[in-house]
Amino acid sequence: MVATFEPKQEYRVIGTRPIRHDGYDKVTGRAIYGADVKMPGMVWADALRSPHAHAIIKSVDTSEAESLPGVLAVATAADMPALEGKEVDLGEGTVNFKWASDNILASDKALYAGHVIAAVAAIDRNTAQEAIKRIEVEYEPLPSATNVAEALADDAPVLLLDLQGNDLGEKVSNTNMAAHNRHELGNPEKGFEQCSLIVEREFTMQMVHQGYIEPHNATAFWDEEDRIRIWTSTQGAFPVRKQTAGLLDLDESRLKVTPLEIGGGFGGKIPVYLEPIAAILSRKSGRPVKMVMDRKNVFEATGPAPGGKVRVKIGVDDNGKIIAATSDIYFEAGAYPGSAVGAAEQCVFACYDIPHTRIDSYDVVVNKPKSAAYRAPGSPQVAMATESVVDEICEKKGWDKIDFRLKNAAKEGTRRADGPIYPRIGLIETLEASQKSPHWNAPLDPDPDNGRKRGRGIAAGYWFNVGLKSAVNLSVNEDGVVSLVEGSTDIGGTRASVAMQAAEVLGLEAHEVRPVVADTESIGYTDVTGGSRVCYATGYAAFIAANNLADEMKKRAAMLWGIDVSDVHFQDGVFSSKTDPELNLHFRELAGKLGDTGGAVTSTGSVDLEDAGGGFGVHIADVDVDPETGKTDVTRYTVVQDAGKAIHPAYVEGQMQGGAVQGIGWALNEEYYMENDGVMANSTFLDYRMPTSLDLPNIETIIVEVPNPIHPFGVRGVGEVPIAPPLATVANAIHDAVGVRLLETPMKAGNIVEALEKENS
Amino acid sequence: MTTKTVRNVHVRTTINGQEMEFLVPPYMSLLDALREVVGLTGTKEGCNDGNCGACTVDLDGRIVDSCLVLAPEAEGKEVNTIEGMATPQGLHPLQQAFLEEAALQCGICTPGFLVAAKGLLDNEPDPDEHRIRHWLAGNLCRCTGYDKIVRAVEKAAKA
Repeated sequence: MVATFEPKQEYRVIGTRPIRHDGYDKVTGRAIYGADVKMPGMVWADALRSPHAHAIIKSVDTSEAESLPGVLAVATAADMPALEGKEVDLGEGTVNFKWASDNILASDKALYAGHVIAAVAAIDRNTAQEAIKRIEVEYEPLPSATNVAEALADDAPVLLLDLQGNDLGEKVSNTNMAAHNRHELGNPEKGFEQCSLIVEREFTMQMVHQGYIEPHNATAFWDEEDRIRIWTSTQGAFPVRKQTAGLLDLDESRLKVTPLEIGGGFGGKIPVYLEPIAAILSRKSGRPVKMVMDRKNVFEATGPAPGGKVRVKIGVDDNGKIIAATSDIYFEAGAYPGSAVGAAEQCVFACYDIPHTRIDSYDVVVNKPKSAAYRAPGSPQVAMATESVVDEICEKKGWDKIDFRLKNAAKEGTRRADGPIYPRIGLIETLEASQKSPHWNAPLDPDPDNGRKRGRGIAAGYWFNVGLKSAVNLSVNEDGVVSLVEGSTDIGGTRASVAMQAAEVLGLEAHEVRPVVADTESIGYTDVTGGSRVCYATGYAAFIAANNLADEMKKRAAMLWGIDVSDVHFQDGVFSSKTDPELNLHFRELAGKLGDTGGAVTSTGSVDLEDAGGGFGVHIADVDVDPETGKTDVTRYTVVQDAGKAIHPAYVEGQMQGGAVQGIGWALNEEYYMENDGVMANSTFLDYRMPTSLDLPNIETIIVEVPNPIHPFGVRGVGEVPIAPPLATVANAIHDAVGVRLLETPMKAGNIVEALEKENS
Repeated sequence: MTTKTVRNVHVRTTINGQEMEFLVPPYMSLLDALREVVGLTGTKEGCNDGNCGACTVDLDGRIVDSCLVLAPEAEGKEVNTIEGMATPQGLHPLQQAFLEEAALQCGICTPGFLVAAKGLLDNEPDPDEHRIRHWLAGNLCRCTGYDKIVRAVEKAAKA
């Protein structure tokens, strides 16, 4: 059963902007991140990685490395347990552990440049780096396929010989197509017959990286009892435990994972890469082993977001209604199956109420690192396609871009193309707020006096958000301060937003609830910090725990006052007798009187939430495009988003701004630029050009609050929605400025010049 | 041992006002010396090739990427890191402004931004927004989109 709520409008703590609890440690350099871990006797390890995008590993000779003084242990795929046939459901799809193991340490083939072949533990980092150079690997290079077209060509090299593709239920072998799915609603072909305008476009998008500033790291110690302790920067300590235990074929309880502070993740720090290797090297060396990737490793071998192709066809009638839409989505999974194409299916037409739809999706294996989640995985790519086509339809028909979206907007009761019927959602309110925004109503000079052309674009986007499992423990201190223990690693201010929800219930100030992110032995199972779920689901668990704590405190008050517990009332932090007005104590006062009332007062809250309530955003961008060079600058940008209820509005704005800027980088600059041999050419921050402060204007934000009926405070996840609209927003602005429609990302200067030349020739 | 065939170098320097000496291999970066030898892990490694600014420190009044400076180059110089920014009397106005303006999310780039921003305000107490954005362009932040960082620096400048 899903509980529904009628949220209040007035709160004491919620909606305020207190200083985050972990802030002082983070502005003074005291906060301990994974790479800062030091253990007695700790040694360093480094990994040898394949220089080839696709090659048979004929032999690995580690003897020269082993004989180097200072080397303590060497690991290869031979040290990983055989996991043939083992599959485990991690909640978001099954994991084939043979492939997962091969991704950690390649056994028979290297499937991307950067794929780990072997690793060495040594007395220091430099010795480890020297040692891996002495490992002799004999490769037989194979032709590579680094994009969808190459991988699906008739003569394509097949990456995984044991892959059985699923083509609409039919098994296919000798293929790089892992999966082909379809959703159909109504009769799209008949629907198109009723349309007066049909626009169909195909978009090509390059792979991009999450670009977190902190490289992956892991420290592991395998002790005499075959228990493994792991310290790491991760989005989820429990999922690290589950994955690592699965890969090492051990019971989960043998592992204790301590999450350190995490320097960004955006979905990319859910998979394990180094943890199993560090553990094996620790077993072999008897020492705690630490590994930290360098930036090139991070780009070449961890979690990118899929590139690929998205074809979208939308038909409208003369009344301005979308009648039919179809989409074909091809995503690069990377070296092993499992791209975000399933999520893309849910997002591609999520903003619209369309009677006839068909969505086909393809998960394609290519010689690139295995893709991972990246902030609203799959949504930006399909929003680029849908929102560009919607923009073109409005241009061709002369319709107002917001009015058209309002007329077709998904709302409560709309059935989405992939099945679900929406509960209360806030797209219409978000579009209306955009329509009234200062930015949308500001005049635009198409010819600013700088030799450039200026244009304005708008686009919408969606993310479904997730609920999943969270646990929170609370305990009362004598001074009334409540300790809050949670399993959700804090990637951007969630200690504060979770603690604030408990404080609201208990009538305390935000700083009177002290949040701690705990290891896997100190708190109940908690899923990843991902899916925009922490403020929503862990906040919900904190709400339950706080109510349970108040109930416990009521019992103590009843005991102290010698009255029945049913006679104790609790509101706004004050316990009182319903009958005797003399009897009342604030939470803090009662906490100080607990002495002999029966030991510590503690509580827990635990949730497993099936639904989360989706979120929508609308973005507006002004760009200046130099028609000579193609250089494009974003000169003004506004993010409008439904947050349900903003617990800590400054961090909600921060999510909106940060997501938008990642999307701007994706739109204009970022890509995996692959050489012909399948090797990434731009694996440094210099060449993989993420936005700097100088590239951007301030990012204006408008928070819309349409309370989520299935959360006690109305919270909707806010982290991911803001990366969905920017690609199309920027593309539509470029079109408005110079009249060409870019059908690709990145929309880098050269591509814009080419498009202009093509248009003018 | 191969890595120890090179003799360590003796470095005498001042770090956050404290004179100190340490031994490092000649190839070791100032970043690694601070983190691994001196034990000041507030200075972060993001790329180790001078492109992210997470390792920013102040070296004799100049803002540098400590991953691009060899530790022996710190001989006789003054190094100031994030750990030296607050005093027992309290936070530096920039640190306080970063907290109040929510100018950090994951926090990994924060030490570098704070040291870099201090380098700006020490020399130019009243920079405009463009100057702040230009000065901080060597520091990458992937979480915030820079908006709140720029506002925090503006606020600290006015403090």
